[in-house]
Amino acid sequence: MEFKDYYAIMGVKRDANQNEIKRAYRKQARKYHPDVSKEADAEKRFKEVGEAYEVLKDPEKRAAYDQLGSDWKAGQDFQPPPDWEQGFEFHGGGFTSADAEQFSDFFETLYGHSGFTQGYRGQAYKDFQARGEDTHAKVMIDLEDAFLGTTRTLTLKHTELSADGRPQLKERTLNVRIPKGVRQGQHIRLARQGGPGIGKGGPGDLYLEIEFRSHKLYHVEGKDVYLDLPVTPWEAALGTTIKIPTPEGSVDLKIPADSSGGRKLRLKGRGIPGKIPGDYYVLLQIALPPADSEAAKAAYREFEKTLSFDPRTHLGV
Amino acid sequence: MTNDILSLLTGDVLEEDVEMTLAELCRACQVSAETVFELVDEGVVEPMGQEPAIWHFHGINVRRVRCVQRLQNDLGVNIAGAALALELLEELEVMRERLRRIDN
Repeated sequence: MEFKDYYAIMGVKRDANQNEIKRAYRKQARKYHPDVSKEADAEKRFKEVGEAYEVLKDPEKRAAYDQLGSDWKAGQDFQPPPDWEQGFEFHGGGFTSADAEQFSDFFETLYGHSGFTQGYRGQAYKDFQARGEDTHAKVMIDLEDAFLGTTRTLTLKHTELSADGRPQLKERTLNVRIPKGVRQGQHIRLARQGGPGIGKGGPGDLYLEIEFRSHKLYHVEGKDVYLDLPVTPWEAALGTTIKIPTPEGSVDLKIPADSSGGRKLRLKGRGIPGKIPGDYYVLLQIALPPADSEAAKAAYREFEKTLSFDPRTHLGV
Repeated sequence: MTNDILSLLTGDVLEEDVEMTLAELCRACQVSAETVFELVDEGVVEPMGQEPAIWHFHGINVRRVRCVQRLQNDLGVNIAGAALALELLEELEVMRERLRRIDN
């Protein structure tokens, strides 16, 4: 089991007073709150900080933790001293507000599974029933899947309490239909597929958040799909028809004459399908041919002579 | 190895299909009706319909209510503060999306 340096996790010195610890906790909790932070390990960090605070805010747990001494390093292999727990009389209850099942093995070894509160909890939870927790997971799909609908097989890990009340990691596999028309950031709710309930409380719901893999051609904004389309200066100036890809197959797109760079052409209703389907936008990017040969340079000089074009008149100098 | 063919689960898209009554929203978020009234007053959730008995809520409100609850429980902010944070987070999400596109 790995030793956890609660002071380092909290970012305080070992002699920090309770106020400093509280302030540090508030700051870290805001920073790593999974609703707020987009960092990949935010949830893990948030739980770690919660666990550290659970120990450091409680004078009894903190004194017990300090008893281990300051020589331990985070991540070091740890076994509790043989006389551990004998020298302390833990009260608990008043201080344990967090969900102790989330805590690490290290915490559990030092303070017991429910963080000193077995007696207290046992009473409170007698005949207790609650609906199971709602659980969350992400599903990665391709943009094309949103046009056609698809199915995904997901393997989800969750903790379950075994008969002796210890949390165990379990795996289960679900086969889920991803309906046509889903969009980035939307949630599929699977009723009663979440965490198990306690007593007569039914299971919670499972929420699957849709995330699109980034696409090499398109980007997506809400239900609209965008394509950057490079065109030559003469195609933009004279107008033409170009074959372009869309997630539903290629179409012929008419480029109007006198198009400037950045012009947005809309194919109505060709975005992600739905009751009101999104639109498909083509953004024109004018690509300049390289002047990498004498003939090309001559062609550019010909432009210069013929067009007398000044794109900077508005700068006024 | 089992030979079981997994049955195909079909859910609702919260942001599209789901509409719920006050009771259903309370059950989905595990909050009291009083809490929902408070959140309506604060503008966190917007009911459709004139009075609570015929209120309907769009499914997206499940996420808004739960997010406010988590912010309240985990960070100790009050309802008004959580409502403000929620709005800023939603704005931030839009901007992050836009930034991601520009960066690509």
